[in-house]
Amino acid sequence: MPSLKDLKSRIASVKATQKITKAMKMVAAAKLRRAQEAAEAARPYAERMNKVLASLSAASAGSAEAPLLLAGTGREQVHLLVVATGERGLAGGFNSSIIRLARDHALKLLSEGKTVKILTVGRKGNDILRRAFRENIVDYVTFREVKQLSFANADDVARRVLDLFNKGEFDVATLFYARFQSVISQVATAQQIIPAKFEASEKAAADSAALYEYEPSEEEILEELLPRNVAMQIFRALLENNASFYGAQMSAMDNATRNAGDMINKLTLSYNRQRQAQITKELIEIISGAEAL
Amino acid sequence: MADAFNFELVSPARLLVSEKVTEVVIPATMGEMTVMANHAPTMTTIKPGVVSVKLASGQVTKYVVFGGFADILPTGCTLLAESAVPANELTRDTLQQRIEAAQLEINNAQSDEHKTKLEQFLAELTHLNGVLVAA
Repeated sequence: MPSLKDLKSRIASVKATQKITKAMKMVAAAKLRRAQEAAEAARPYAERMNKVLASLSAASAGSAEAPLLLAGTGREQVHLLVVATGERGLAGGFNSSIIRLARDHALKLLSEGKTVKILTVGRKGNDILRRAFRENIVDYVTFREVKQLSFANADDVARRVLDLFNKGEFDVATLFYARFQSVISQVATAQQIIPAKFEASEKAAADSAALYEYEPSEEEILEELLPRNVAMQIFRALLENNASFYGAQMSAMDNATRNAGDMINKLTLSYNRQRQAQITKELIEIISGAEAL
Repeated sequence: MADAFNFELVSPARLLVSEKVTEVVIPATMGEMTVMANHAPTMTTIKPGVVSVKLASGQVTKYVVFGGFADILPTGCTLLAESAVPANELTRDTLQQRIEAAQLEINNAQSDEHKTKLEQFLAELTHLNGVLVAA
């Protein structure tokens, strides 16, 4: 049985923890709103880009000179996994769910005899994946110093990915991140970025593809657009990831605050009970002392 | 009065314009072009420069874009810019920063082809700098 003094100091320490988690929750809520706005602001661009590319790629899909980024290298031997995680922990299952998905994917590919290369974005993912796949990690990007994610950050990641691709270091690239559904639900997602895939309505693509005029030329436009599309996909994933991170952190901290409250109640109860027991004990001692006289 | 059409200017960070306009001048790679309603469907890349938008109300606003591409349809025009700012918000410093960044990239560039492209980009930026400072 812990002493009264122990209980008192434990209550104090849980209260201090509760204050911290509460503050973190509020900070996360504020940042979440900003992250969500940023994710939404990027949406129109991504949608239009997708639409344009879908019609362009439908037009050039048959031709033999389709760019590699679109058609792929024709092999599926070497896979690059781009794993985007958070920079920090204390966000519930956020980082671990992305990492689990990536790890399962990597193990499956390895068991099929494929080569796996990993590029980690974010410190947490790097730390954890480094333990399991030390030799597979080819590059590591961190945004620890970055306050507000901008397109330039995503471009930096994209350039590394494209460099590797142009050197023929991999055939297929898959991006892992958490898609933001709501504050309480973030879904770890795997998305193939190279070769590019578009969910286009076939009809719309067929309609527009035929009559376009291209300046300078169709191939040149595709060549310029495809790398930018990779950057855009990564940018979008990073923004979603960011929003997901704060969402996860907010609900995790909310839970922690509530748990701390429960704990304080329990501890206070046993503190009071023990105080009462001590008073009773002292009274009995005084009374029995008086009776003995 | 000329017919109005939908014009949208989007950058990865945000949607800058989505309005009815009568006339848009875009700095296409092959030279400036003016887009009006019922333009033939065209897709073009753009170079760094000034986009001048004439709204249906007759008011003209200007934006500075840094590369991207435009998707033109008879019913509307969408400009996907790599990055874009309203011309009156652009300061010489940000432009100067970009020029320096491009310069740095040239020094680090490996392939000749990449280098030529960057040099072209830099030349356009410098030109833009000259134009804006004069204005």
